[in-house]
Amino acid sequence: MPIAAALLSVAGLAGVAVVAPILVARRAAWATSIVYGASFVLAAVLLVCGLSALLGGSAYQGAVHLPIGLPWIGAHFVLDPLSAAFLVIVDFGAMIASFYAIGYGAHEEEPGRVLPFYPAFLAGMNLVVLSADAFGFLVAWEFMSLSSWALVMAHHHDAENRRAGYVYLLMASFGTLMLLLAFGLMAGPDGDYVFSTIRTAAHVPWLSGLVLVLMLLGAGSKAGLVPLHVWLPLAHPAAPSHVSALMSGVMTKVAVYAFIRVVFDLVGEPAWWWAVTVLTLGAGSAVLGVLHAVLQRDLKRLLAYSTVENVGIVFIGLGLGLAFKTNDMAGAAALAVTASIFHAFNHSLFKSLLFFGAGNVLTGSGERDIEKLGGLVHRMPETAYLFLGGCLAISALPPLNGFVSEWLILQAILLSPDLPQWALRFLVPASGAMLALAAALAAACFVRAFGITFLSRPRSPAAETAHEASRWQIRAMYALMALCLVAGVFPGPFLDALSPVSQLLVGGAMPKQPILPHFSIIPISESRSSYSGFLVFFFILMASWAAIRVIHNFASRAVRRAPPWDCGFPDPSPATQYTADSFAQPIRRVFGPIAFRAKIDQTMPLPGDMAPARLTLSLRDLVWEFIYAPLEGAVLYAAERLNVLQFLTIRSYLSLVFAALVLLLVLVATWA
Amino acid sequence: MGLILAILVQGIQMVLVLALAPGLVGFTRKVKARLLRRQGPSILQPYRDLLRLVRKEAVLADNASWLFRNAPYLIFATTWVAAALVPTFATGLHFSWAADLIAITALLGSARFFLALAGMDIGTAFGGIGSSREMLFSTLAEPAMIMIVFTVALVAGSTQLSTVAAFMVDHSTLRVSLGLALIGLIIVALTENARVPVDNPATHLELTMVHEAMVLEYSGRHLAVIELASALKLLLYISLIACIFAPWGMARQDDGLIGMAIGAVTWIGKLAVGGFLMVLFETAIAKMRVFRVPEFVGGALMLGLLGTLLLFVSRSF
Repeated sequence: MPIAAALLSVAGLAGVAVVAPILVARRAAWATSIVYGASFVLAAVLLVCGLSALLGGSAYQGAVHLPIGLPWIGAHFVLDPLSAAFLVIVDFGAMIASFYAIGYGAHEEEPGRVLPFYPAFLAGMNLVVLSADAFGFLVAWEFMSLSSWALVMAHHHDAENRRAGYVYLLMASFGTLMLLLAFGLMAGPDGDYVFSTIRTAAHVPWLSGLVLVLMLLGAGSKAGLVPLHVWLPLAHPAAPSHVSALMSGVMTKVAVYAFIRVVFDLVGEPAWWWAVTVLTLGAGSAVLGVLHAVLQRDLKRLLAYSTVENVGIVFIGLGLGLAFKTNDMAGAAALAVTASIFHAFNHSLFKSLLFFGAGNVLTGSGERDIEKLGGLVHRMPETAYLFLGGCLAISALPPLNGFVSEWLILQAILLSPDLPQWALRFLVPASGAMLALAAALAAACFVRAFGITFLSRPRSPAAETAHEASRWQIRAMYALMALCLVAGVFPGPFLDALSPVSQLLVGGAMPKQPILPHFSIIPISESRSSYSGFLVFFFILMASWAAIRVIHNFASRAVRRAPPWDCGFPDPSPATQYTADSFAQPIRRVFGPIAFRAKIDQTMPLPGDMAPARLTLSLRDLVWEFIYAPLEGAVLYAAERLNVLQFLTIRSYLSLVFAALVLLLVLVATWA
Repeated sequence: MGLILAILVQGIQMVLVLALAPGLVGFTRKVKARLLRRQGPSILQPYRDLLRLVRKEAVLADNASWLFRNAPYLIFATTWVAAALVPTFATGLHFSWAADLIAITALLGSARFFLALAGMDIGTAFGGIGSSREMLFSTLAEPAMIMIVFTVALVAGSTQLSTVAAFMVDHSTLRVSLGLALIGLIIVALTENARVPVDNPATHLELTMVHEAMVLEYSGRHLAVIELASALKLLLYISLIACIFAPWGMARQDDGLIGMAIGAVTWIGKLAVGGFLMVLFETAIAKMRVFRVPEFVGGALMLGLLGTLLLFVSRSF
């Protein structure tokens, strides 16, 4: 049975985590290959389990009850279509990341700080997806958080990484606390923590609403929804690149899984205002995330902010799904939810691809700051080619996969004029506009990221002497790139595979996608809209082939190499090129005043004065300023006041204890 | 038989758009020159330019990469595929269900993506400035286009361009939302085709140029392919506006050869009228400063959003 195999593999991952320190102590070079090789194999087994449960129907699904964990509860595990779908997302990412890490891990300076935690992190993510009771779920969740925290702290000599780890730890504990409260509310006074009983229990509407809010805080903080995203762009880039890829591409999806599991599956019928909340947060995250990303200089941080954007897009889809579900529009809800999960899958592919590319740049040149890169296309041709593929996919350009899922979400939006609630009718088109804006800004962001990093002339000696990455790294990226193309060109089977999931979540499914003619996908019905990635891909290939043939047969084939033209005044200094900041300047100028209260101060000295002119730019992170800074202030203020308690005499402490006892007794007496 | 005819119509359209695109550019240049009381070059001049360019050798900068050499063909291919999917003289194109209006927008987005990257490849200041500004304009023009697509799709009940065209032929009524969408689409078309007031197609050596700055390093056959792609894009946008807002005279799927011929003649007439109106507008208005353009294009976004919201309020707008 797949679930038994899956649980054994998870146990195997935990075992690898235990023996890893011993291996590292013996011989670090071997340990790297053994640990990542074993993780690769175990993740592959888990992937097969997930695939068989997703595609094989109910014969391959199932639930297991093990007598471990809390004495009177035990541990429940389940492999239903939803957990199978996310098992596939998690373990495909984990498998490829392990493969990549066999090459990348050789550059690790302190393997002892990475190797033991890496399989533990994988085991934690898998257990979250598999567990079917609140206790096991929370333990696995915390396991996942702590092991990823340890990986973020792997390079703790850097003060910035230590700060990232601290912020991450705070946010992760906060998130787990919220989840704890959410499960407590769902379990009710009788306290049955098994998912199957929670699902069938009677749900009080306002309590369910409270659970939604708690889930948005708990799972949303892990997924990176604005305004809970602050830890994400600090922590994801701090970890080694293959772990960054897992955190951004996969761990955020585990959070999305938690949200879907509770809100769509466990907590009963949604209300329409849930959709309003989720849509607003999703649209806000999409636009703010990509606006931050456009302005970043650190390649990995740019990718982390783009994760915030994509999680926002996933939540837009989920919000639409909730809106349709409350109004009993099963077909539309199925479209929205399927599109959303498909986008989660797609994002796990291209975000891993891009983080691997950033990892290659890091190992090849030692540089993460794109202002110091440039011209890498000549020295790292394969990485450049693969990174370009990832950029095309994440910018939602046909014929790759990012376009398909965003196209499906736009099609779901077009079904929403039938919604009866006025608030939703106004909000849905607005979030459609935000989605389109985010997609267009993402294209600008990745033109900048690719153009400054890989094209133009090298801006530093590090970029000039960069070298290509190892074969392991490149092959892992080829696998991801191939899957991005396959999911974009033949999306039909992927959507069909998700139909049991949407059946489980909203009680409907998308129409069966036809193989013939030409692998087109149909969201609702053929007369409304259809898209065939295969034909678009085929046409583009044919058209460029025809153009190349014609040009090469009839045109001059002469090529002359010469210095750049640049309107007749080429300057050999690389400092005269456009920089990343200058590329983003127009976008900052247009969107900055609203999103960041951007302000530019120019001081021009008087004529004849020899002082230099100054230009100072100030950008304000409003989320930090209005939410986190006051919170931090309040905590500091309270700590300051309570500090007195630390220096009291023994008499005062005793009287305090006595007072507390009396107070509690009075409380208990009045309660009863 | 029906299938062969459908594929034939599709093939004729693909060849026709390619053949007519430089002519449309020549026509607009001629009209513009006449409006400025100049004689102007012949309408056939763009064809001669293209022929001359492909015969010349291509001069590549020393550090040009593979991307620089391949980008022109990719730009041309994506633009051509997009142009082939817009119904011109007949509705019911055989492959129109392969990509709807959203996908056509995204295909043009792919072309722009490669063009902007090609502009950055050599590492010159002009290339960077062009790419950066092009991407800025697109951040507003693309969502504006999507909102216009929404408006049209909500009226016609489909994002499929052939279905939309057939719907517009059968139910042509005046609607507020479609009016807003038309103005928005014209703004988007002017922006995407680098026309005055957003960009000046006739400039070289000016700090205000956008499109020309990106292709500055191109020469010979590469430049010819890019020029042809931008001519195709202009033809695509005029055909798109004609097919949604002035669908009269288009042949239906089952109309015979005569219907097709009438469709083709009216389409060429529409292209001429569209080109003439565009040039008339261009000669009457001055070019904007770069940072006024986002307001102009943002207006299109607002119009599109307003059109969509009106239709969400009531389908009768």
